[in-house]
Amino acid sequence: MNATTMDTMNTPKASPEQLTAAFYELEPHHHPEGASTMLGFWIYLMSDCLIFAMLFAAYGVLGGNYAAGPSPKDLFELPLVALNTAMLLFSSITYGFAMLAMAKNQKGATIAWLLITAVFGACFLGIELFEFSSLIHEGATPMRSGFLTAFFSLVGTHGLHVTFGLVWLFTLVTQITRKGLIQANKRRLMCLSLFWHFLDVIWIGVFTFVYLMGMLR
Amino acid sequence: METVVHNHWSPLLGRLWWDAIPQEPIVWATFAVVALGGIALLAALTYFKVWGYLWKEWFTSVDHKKIGIMYMVLGLVMFVRGFADALMMRLQQAWAFNGSEGYLNAHHFDQVFTAHGVIMIFFAAMPFVTGFMNYVVPLQIGARDVSFPFLNNFSFWMTASGAVLVMLSLFIGEFGQTGWLAYPPLSNIAYSPWVGVDYWIWALQIAGVGTLLSGVNLICTIVKMRAPGMDMMKMPIFTWTALCTNILIVAAFPVLTAVLCMLTADRYLGFDFFTNDFGGNAMMYVNLIWIWGHPEVYILILPIFGVFSEVTATFCGKRLFGYSSMVYASLVITILSYLVWLHHFFTMGSGASVNSFFGITTMVISIPTGAKLFNWLFTMYHGRIRFELPMMWTVAFMLTFTIGGMTGVLLAVPPADFVLHNSLFLIAHFHNVIIGGVVFGTFAGINFWWPKAFGFKLHTGLGKISFWSWVVGFYLAFMPLYVLGLMGVTRRMRVFDDPSLQIWFIVAGIGAALIAVGIAAFLAQVGYSIWKRDELACGGDPWDARSLEWSTTSPPPAYNFAFTPVVHEIDAWDDMKRCGVPRPTGGFQPIHMPKNTEAGIILGGIATVFGFAMIWHIWWLAGLTFAGMIGYAIFHTFNYNRDYFIPADEVTATEAAAIGQFAPAGA
Amino acid sequence: MSAADHHAHNDHTHDHDDHGESHGSLRDYVIGFVLSVVLTAIPFWLVMSGAIADKQATALVIMAFAVVQIVVHMIYFLHMNTKSENGWTVMALIFTIILVVIALSGSLWVMYHLNHNMMPMTAHDMGQLP
Repeated sequence: MNATTMDTMNTPKASPEQLTAAFYELEPHHHPEGASTMLGFWIYLMSDCLIFAMLFAAYGVLGGNYAAGPSPKDLFELPLVALNTAMLLFSSITYGFAMLAMAKNQKGATIAWLLITAVFGACFLGIELFEFSSLIHEGATPMRSGFLTAFFSLVGTHGLHVTFGLVWLFTLVTQITRKGLIQANKRRLMCLSLFWHFLDVIWIGVFTFVYLMGMLR
Repeated sequence: METVVHNHWSPLLGRLWWDAIPQEPIVWATFAVVALGGIALLAALTYFKVWGYLWKEWFTSVDHKKIGIMYMVLGLVMFVRGFADALMMRLQQAWAFNGSEGYLNAHHFDQVFTAHGVIMIFFAAMPFVTGFMNYVVPLQIGARDVSFPFLNNFSFWMTASGAVLVMLSLFIGEFGQTGWLAYPPLSNIAYSPWVGVDYWIWALQIAGVGTLLSGVNLICTIVKMRAPGMDMMKMPIFTWTALCTNILIVAAFPVLTAVLCMLTADRYLGFDFFTNDFGGNAMMYVNLIWIWGHPEVYILILPIFGVFSEVTATFCGKRLFGYSSMVYASLVITILSYLVWLHHFFTMGSGASVNSFFGITTMVISIPTGAKLFNWLFTMYHGRIRFELPMMWTVAFMLTFTIGGMTGVLLAVPPADFVLHNSLFLIAHFHNVIIGGVVFGTFAGINFWWPKAFGFKLHTGLGKISFWSWVVGFYLAFMPLYVLGLMGVTRRMRVFDDPSLQIWFIVAGIGAALIAVGIAAFLAQVGYSIWKRDELACGGDPWDARSLEWSTTSPPPAYNFAFTPVVHEIDAWDDMKRCGVPRPTGGFQPIHMPKNTEAGIILGGIATVFGFAMIWHIWWLAGLTFAGMIGYAIFHTFNYNRDYFIPADEVTATEAAAIGQFAPAGA
Repeated sequence: MSAADHHAHNDHTHDHDDHGESHGSLRDYVIGFVLSVVLTAIPFWLVMSGAIADKQATALVIMAFAVVQIVVHMIYFLHMNTKSENGWTVMALIFTIILVVIALSGSLWVMYHLNHNMMPMTAHDMGQLP
């Protein structure tokens, strides 16, 4: 081991100065601020993914327990779900446009696309709340059966994530307005981008496993 | 004892009312002692005017070393509390024979065993391992701090917040009476209507946020901040096991979060996840919580395996035997720990195919663990072993853990588990691995890294008293439980009918008393060593150790390394010593560091109040504090000015003052 | 790996993105959007029109569509590739997928067997028990 280290320096007897230079970074590199942020946020998203996995597992196990209450066929309105899915898809591409504007350092366009994204996100939430309230009016409350408990929890948790995403989005709009597209704000926009598109991926699971497959039961 | 009904609720105070004060003389006495001790401590802190120092240098610090030490202090305080619970149980069980009810009523006894389990796992063992990882990992990889220093401080305060809630439950209201995992339907609102389970839920939920974030933080640190030249297969083994552990944390704690949310929804909103009626399924809870619970076991033991690896290599004076097999064993354990969860409920009734699958995976996981043991043994073989305290703990661990591991493989056989499940045999098994593994490892680690953290060694004589009391006490306390378990005695029993069992419980009680001596000796060891710190003072590398944390001074400066070391070999510091690399003495440059912030402790404080308000159904306060947390967190993101430079002069002065620490050993 | 990282970050300028992150291009986003519209529309149409008579087959088909759409989102919206962060993001994703599969399929398997064994619904089922 000793020998190999010496070999890498190509001298059988290195001078003390050479040794110090080989074992210490005498010309320090500047660590860019926030170099770990994207990876860290991605890892956080992976953990969030597992929260959803548990909710899917609960839905998978409890989803058939109607307790003599309504079943998916009695409750779900696929056109509404399709509309909602469209809202989320539109918000995804508009967020993408915001990112493209950000890459070109166009502050105004970035903010505009973010606000459009927020409109679609709010529409999604509005439609979801409308769906929930009509279900509750029909007596299909989360307390009614294991199926409804699991349904409301899974879809509601996704909705809460979207809500949180909106709060974050408006915070970022304020910060970009104040400070411009500085590196820190760009990094935050990229994190929110991951978050927003990640929620889209979860929604694919939701409409497939909950709504569409629910109608097939 | 008749059950007390608590059905008071007011908008202002929620369920909080005079009846929240426990009607237990034992609790009053405890409260008196804690209150007097607390007041004395606060008075002393005020008298010596150290509040400002504590606030500036510790509570708001983002230095991973200080946060690591705070985790260890938190763990130690909670460990003593959890051990007090253990002593109470041992006394009750040794006493309650021949018609005697003992001295604890059922309501109190059930809280004691629940609190003991929860505190020892979540608020003693977890802070210990997180503390070690926080302190040691950045130093071992040649970094100046973790990836997200503020998040690190915030994580600590969230963990502390959970611990505060658990402690509060002792004096205001009650703790859960459900056992440490709060299985429904017992933990549902119908059977646990008051605040006990809610304390449990919110303490774990809040502490869980901290644990998860510190997991993300340490993964990023290890992945992104290693010194140049340190590729993955040159990382110290402790860093490897820390990486595996944090991967497990990030992948397992969300499961706990989700399950706790479901139970919360059942209790607070009347949902039907785990209820007996309306299509709920209580067994789903057991299934889900063990998907978290089994990885949790490895979260505790893997970093401790890392501690033992470092200690063994250091005190045998040679490179760890089978470095790469150690790495692969850790990785295999990381994956396999997700495939064994059902062995915690073989008797639930899933049938032969399911039980055999999980029985076999459980047996398989003992193979990488066995490989590790052989690696340590082969490291010792032909080594020049120095039986210093850390090495003594390691040898005790190897013997004890092997016994615990073998009884674990016994329990992995489903038919055997049908006989032994829920018995004291199981209790003996997991204390055998947790005490023999995590606790012994914690003491090994504290004795090993204390000189690094504080610049002086711990006193050996008192350490040996602590060691022998612990080891002998452990065997006296838990071997009888194996016997009792084989006789069919189940866990969590308060009174016994069969007088022939009493002698075993008395022996176990004596063992627990001996362990108490061990803990007292440890505290004395710490106190005495602080008193005699000048005699025990040491340099940067007191153990002639091998990894990078020993290449800097003891205690390390705020910036850890004036110049980032460059790594060429596994055991980088050993390599540097053998090549005779001189320490740089000049040319220092300003060092970029993160600023301290009070955001972490403030958010942790608000979270504590939020948890308390949720527990007591004080809705206005819960809403207010929740909004406060979100608002404050957003406010904090508006602070873009989070770093500063340590001037080159200051670095030069610090390095010059420490020059004696490495002469002549380093040259 | 880490050394390479260091040298990649040698660049001191703050104003351009040196994190190896990709923002995607307009083309990427449009392709992704069109694909996901198609991949969403077909399953909805399949279920709403009942085009495939067999429900099991429909379920399998829409599950396949979901998997494809998730991959599309990962590539075109989340810009996953094996190079960013030295492959750590992909590694984290693969690990997570493995765990999700273990937890989901494991839970369903365990709970299905439990129901099968512990909740016999008919006298006939009772007779089948060991």
